[in-house]
Amino acid sequence: MTPREDLYQPRLRRRRVVGRLFTWSCAAMSLIGVGVLAVLIVRVFLDGYPSLSLDFLRRFPSVLMPETAGIKSALWGTLWLIAITLLVAVPVGIASAVYLEEYAADNRLTRFIHLNIANLAGVPSIVYGILGLALFVRWLHLGRSVLAGALTVSLLVLPVIIIASREALAAVPDSFRQAAYGLGATRWLTVRSHVLPAALPGIVTGVILALSRAIGEAAPLIMIGALTYVAFVPAGPLDDFTAMPIQIYDWCDRPQHEFHQLAAAAIIVLLGILLPMNAVAVAMRAWHNRRKVW
Amino acid sequence: MSTRGRRIREKGIETLLFGCALGSVVTTAGIIWVLTSESVLFFRAVSPGEFLLGTRWAPLIEPRSYGVLPLICGTFLASGGALLVAVPIGLASAIFLSEYASRPVRSVLKPLLEILAGIPTVVYGYFALMFVTPRVLQPLLPQTEVFNAASAALVVGVMIIPTVASLCDDAFRAVPRSLREGAYALSATRLEVSTRVVFPAALSGVVAAVLLAFARAVGETMAVTLAAGMTPKLTLNPLTSIQTLTSYIVQVSLGDTPAGTIEYHTIFAVGMTLFTITLLINVIAHRVMRRFREAYE
Repeated sequence: MTPREDLYQPRLRRRRVVGRLFTWSCAAMSLIGVGVLAVLIVRVFLDGYPSLSLDFLRRFPSVLMPETAGIKSALWGTLWLIAITLLVAVPVGIASAVYLEEYAADNRLTRFIHLNIANLAGVPSIVYGILGLALFVRWLHLGRSVLAGALTVSLLVLPVIIIASREALAAVPDSFRQAAYGLGATRWLTVRSHVLPAALPGIVTGVILALSRAIGEAAPLIMIGALTYVAFVPAGPLDDFTAMPIQIYDWCDRPQHEFHQLAAAAIIVLLGILLPMNAVAVAMRAWHNRRKVW
Repeated sequence: MSTRGRRIREKGIETLLFGCALGSVVTTAGIIWVLTSESVLFFRAVSPGEFLLGTRWAPLIEPRSYGVLPLICGTFLASGGALLVAVPIGLASAIFLSEYASRPVRSVLKPLLEILAGIPTVVYGYFALMFVTPRVLQPLLPQTEVFNAASAALVVGVMIIPTVASLCDDAFRAVPRSLREGAYALSATRLEVSTRVVFPAALSGVVAAVLLAFARAVGETMAVTLAAGMTPKLTLNPLTSIQTLTSYIVQVSLGDTPAGTIEYHTIFAVGMTLFTITLLINVIAHRVMRRFREAYE
């Protein structure tokens, strides 16, 4: 029996043309995101460049005279915030990941903790702000201090650190652990000497991304009552503070054009910190993937 | 060290690590406890029916009214609009990245898209307020207000492109090569393989990606607060000022509402509503991902 050629219509040329059109439209769509990024950066740079100077970093904000305003208090507030978050969230996050990946038995409690962390990662940042307000500001009487802010932000970035660290630990092959056990190492010694060093690049990538998220967050800090106008540098963890994103929000929210320029200049400084951090994290991941020894 | 001493040390370390892991459960419990205990104080004064079904939200001005629907409407207007931007662009980017792009193109494009997710939301707010509204929307549609839902939806949409793109990309790449090659052997073109083999096989991952991005858009705060304004209203017109659940919470906490008043308790009731909505979306997303995942290999 001969095939019914009238039923089989390959229409190959048309299918190829449609396919080519689809390829190009997908490529064009995927460039939209990059295009918006470029417009955003150029726009901010053009708006903020005239206000940018070394004095801008060294001066305090001013409500009356935008031309003499600076971001000293916001910059120092952000540095304090990041330092404390680093001290709190990183050890706790890595320890949680080590427990879940290296110690925990596969039982209901462990599965519950996993599910819980996945859901915590999806909780809006402002809800963490509400928690911080009730827990740290009022219950522990830390006030609107930089410590209360940092603890709130730590809770917010913990799921990010735990998830990234768990993935890094899970990627370490079992032969590493067996080699250590074979030499009589205890579980903790195995983790410390074999597993953690091998997982370190992945963990550091996760930590950098978590910290860059912490630097950019404004909502939870506004929630716990961080002030929008601060003309001093915090001297200790219990002092009042402001942070870069809050300062930017405050300047955006004012009607005068001069303040908008200041906001743009502050955004340049903020992105000047964040974009290199992201670049390091991405480069580290790529480098680690390429020279993986196992 | 003696065997006994070592065993005690090992047990101690394990307990310490377990304590850290339990911290996340305590955090969740803390969130739920704080939201419920403070919302109860609100619901003593306002009935849940009035809160959930009322169509006017005016807790700070007389005559007071506590219907949360306008805030929910504003939230879904902004985040729904964001999905209209992010889903086509994110999906097309993911198809391009996983099915078409060569290795070098991919290794440049993917990190560039990820940068979009790393830009602080307050920066997107600035962009919406100073560029999108005055330079894009108002020249095209002159009736656009200074604060409007559309500009918020556009920038939040851009912000969640990487979430959609990278989760969909993971889903597409998890589809085994053999399925693609089977289709090629039947003389399918690349387009037909992408849209009729890979896409259906990865559908659960795509749905989960869209839901997770939606939850992020619902919880987005600073960009929406700056761009969409502070006017709670029941409207579907994206060119007017609205208010979302998140920006109401910011508005109250920036003001000087004294603790203990009913105005103050509204933020916990609104926070509870926000938390419930995002949690529901997240739980459904994780369910979809697990329940409908085709197990290959």
